[in-house]
Amino acid sequence: MKKIIYFLFLFLFCIGIFANAQDNAGLTLPAGFKANLFAENIGGARHIAITKNGIVFAKLNRANKQGQSIVRLEDANKDGVADKITGLANYGGTGIYLNGNSLYASSNEAIFKYELDNKDEVLNPLSPVTIVSGLINRRQHESKSITFDKANHIYVNIGAYSNACQEQDRTPGSKGKIPCPILDSAGGIWKFDGNKENQTYGDGMRYATGLRNVVGLDWNTQTNKLYVSQHGRDQLNTFFPSLYNDAQNAELPAETFYEINEGDNAGWPYIYYDPSQHKKIVSPEYGGDGQKEGASNFINPAVAFPAHMAPMAVLFYTGDQFPAKYKNGAFITFHGSWNRAPLPQEGFFVAFVPFKNGKATGEWEIFANGFAGTIDGAKVTSTNKAKARPCGLAQGPDGSIYVSDDTKGAIFKISYNK
Amino acid sequence: MVQYKWKGIFLAGMLLFGLTQSIQAQNVINGKKIYETRCLVCHQADGGGVPNMNAPLDGSTNVVGNDISRLVKIIKNGFKDKVELDGNYYSNDMTPNPDLTDAAIADVLSYIRTSWSNKSSIVTLAQVKNANKGNQKKNSK
Repeated sequence: MKKIIYFLFLFLFCIGIFANAQDNAGLTLPAGFKANLFAENIGGARHIAITKNGIVFAKLNRANKQGQSIVRLEDANKDGVADKITGLANYGGTGIYLNGNSLYASSNEAIFKYELDNKDEVLNPLSPVTIVSGLINRRQHESKSITFDKANHIYVNIGAYSNACQEQDRTPGSKGKIPCPILDSAGGIWKFDGNKENQTYGDGMRYATGLRNVVGLDWNTQTNKLYVSQHGRDQLNTFFPSLYNDAQNAELPAETFYEINEGDNAGWPYIYYDPSQHKKIVSPEYGGDGQKEGASNFINPAVAFPAHMAPMAVLFYTGDQFPAKYKNGAFITFHGSWNRAPLPQEGFFVAFVPFKNGKATGEWEIFANGFAGTIDGAKVTSTNKAKARPCGLAQGPDGSIYVSDDTKGAIFKISYNK
Repeated sequence: MVQYKWKGIFLAGMLLFGLTQSIQAQNVINGKKIYETRCLVCHQADGGGVPNMNAPLDGSTNVVGNDISRLVKIIKNGFKDKVELDGNYYSNDMTPNPDLTDAAIADVLSYIRTSWSNKSSIVTLAQVKNANKGNQKKNSK
């Protein structure tokens, strides 16, 4: 009898191993797509970039045990899993971008430039060129995400070091500052020259303002426009309990995805976007009551997502591998919320935003889900329990997309094979 | 007679022990309510916080440690400094709670120091009052 039980367990164990290889690395995907783990446990991987030879560079939030903060991952035997992993640099940060043979990476204050040889090895790992430095980092919203236009300009997010520009940050009843002084040096997107060394605020320009914290941004090369995803403000119920209850706070404000033109103002901290009223509403710190509409000169979002899900990266899909509907549409990673508590958390997935004639349709859908690794897809109640949190996004040379996770540092590869 | 005396002492001891236990339990029950309305949103239901953003309380060496005055001060004044906590950094500012009474602070500290995997001591009202005195002295220096 004991033997039978033993063999039964062995059998189930083998099935388990087999199922694991077939389970798309735990992700739920549309029909025809498959996923596998390209890498695991490389350290909290923020944004990623992929060379034309398929080498993945991941920017780590903090240096790993080897003291390195940019990880180079190569799949030499072409089995879909990184087998040659090396690293460089020692500063934590979020941004990484490949522009021809130049690799740009950001700390939370500066942007550096490296050069790659024809094997995509970094030529100057110890002596990068400082392109921009002295950007504001006051703990909150410190990530400096970067992207480029076709004319070699860098666009960098400088997040507001505040929740809602209150006189006392995150303090019940504290009024909003008029005007908000943070916007002079943060709370927007700055534009710099991609080649010029040692730039700082005076060398660049504020390209767009009124953006609390943009972590995801990408240049739409089809329409030549910048797109950004903003993390909306937190804690309406905590600071204004007479105006908002827990359930209202869980759905307010929208996480917003904007098409940006030079000089645009998205309205933070004066307004927030209410996704059910489809309106820009005056923030309670500035005299709002949950209904009063804000000034019309603030731009409207291209897409409004549910609150607090934390969009981390935007990728316009230009590959030919995926079905036609994905071409020139945008993928967005969602880190997963914390401020929906005490209600269950949302996010922890990759969304797809369809585009038609160069504009977002306003619709969106979940593309890849299950990163949190909960049993039977149960909701996450405490954010820290999510096994993986989607962060970076990049497209490989074969048209697959890669998604990084900044908890332990997994990289998922998602492909389509009909 | 001697026998009765010992029995009496024993019973009184048990009664006292039970009473302290129920005071402790009430402390923690009150503290849980305060935690749920004030702290849970950031520190989360499981006390685990939010990676890189809001510090965890569960398993935190500061939370279970002996520096009660520091904990009292953080609850009252909030927290904005960049410090390493058990090897990590957290970027969000913590909201001050100047309106919490000393008794409420004792209760919520009792809850967080004895919940989840934390097995530390509860905090008494006297300890919070003492901590206030200490913090005032430090501030006036």
